Amino acid sequence: MQVLYGRHHVRVFRFGLRLVRDEQVAEDLISEVFLDVWRQAGKFEGRSAVTTWLLAITRFKALSALRRRKDVGLDDETANAIEDTSDDPEVVVQKKDTGEALRKCLTALSPEHREIVDLVYYHEKSVEEVAEIVGIPENTVKTRLFYARKKLAELLKAAGIERGWP
Amino acid sequence: MMAASRKMLDQEPSEIEMLLPFHAAGTLNARDARRVEEALASDPDLARQYAVIREEYAETISLNESLGAPSARAMQKLFAAIDGEPERKPSVSVNFSARVSEFFARLSPRTLAWSASLGAVALLLQAGVIGTVLMKNQTGSFQTASLSMNEPSSGPITRDLGSSVAPARALVRFAPEARIADITALLDNYQASIIDGAKGGMFRLQFGKAMSKDEAAGLIGRLQREKIVSLAVATP
Repeated sequence: MQVLYGRHHVRVFRFGLRLVRDEQVAEDLISEVFLDVWRQAGKFEGRSAVTTWLLAITRFKALSALRRRKDVGLDDETANAIEDTSDDPEVVVQKKDTGEALRKCLTALSPEHREIVDLVYYHEKSVEEVAEIVGIPENTVKTRLFYARKKLAELLKAAGIERGWP
Repeated sequence: MMAASRKMLDQEPSEIEMLLPFHAAGTLNARDARRVEEALASDPDLARQYAVIREEYAETISLNESLGAPSARAMQKLFAAIDGEPERKPSVSVNFSARVSEFFARLSPRTLAWSASLGAVALLLQAGVIGTVLMKNQTGSFQTASLSMNEPSSGPITRDLGSSVAPARALVRFAPEARIADITALLDNYQASIIDGAKGGMFRLQFGKAMSKDEAAGLIGRLQREKIVSLAVATP
């Protein structure tokens, strides 16, 4: 368990933190995730990668935590509120720091879009693996990511950043 | 070739467009990766979109890497929770061996040493008892496992090594008037059996027990005096 924890706890923590947006909650989350893994180790059939299994459990735990809190879900309204801060993407653009603006907009995506962007780009999960983790059809994985990227482009455009797409 | 990209956001994305992020992350299979590569090589709009995706990809990694790592509290909490979990129940055999191990593990080193000494003494006593019993019942015979399995229970399953004297044998000619019942009764009385038959009217008899030459001579004499016996001589 120590080896498994040592190898995967950071990714699990970051995936959970991106979903729940609270470090304390994310830390509690990884304890719950690995405890579940310890309890259900016999059920792991090895048909998917260990990380896929871990991320699926993390996602389930994170959504449960979000349902308990009810005040963490980040919709468009919340995203706009973030853009109103002093360090919003527009200010960043003035500093000609497109990268930082992009990161800001990535943070402003909805949880549904954030998780799919993170799973594909950061956790490098395939279409099939994302479908398994999120529990949606493979075609939905592809279209959901496309619309997450479209939303990201809209946020950047609203902040005055044109990237040539769309 | 039809352009794989869509210039308008309200249009449905093409299959290749939707695969671009996975191509950037390197998670497509060989076939799809080849399709995307071919489309990128022939469609400038798609190539521009791919450049944007590469930027998103890099910044997503940068954002996640900036999140840091959990504190040691998370690990402490986890292992405290694991310690508090009820003991698992594996298979019966494992459980039994685990119980045995646990039993010995509970004993103090001193108790364990005394137990081992007592065990050794018990073994020595047991060996002594078995040895005494064997010595007491010792005879010159032995029995093989194969014979005991194949021979009838009433048959000779032992080979007597304690005596060097061979069973007595005799050549006997019965009187012409001797009946089968008389011959059978005689064989029973002398504990004898016919081992070779009627060559020249003579039967070779073997007696049931070993005997000395004098005993054999006495036996032959008695046999000679039987009414149904006309001739009896000793024979090897």
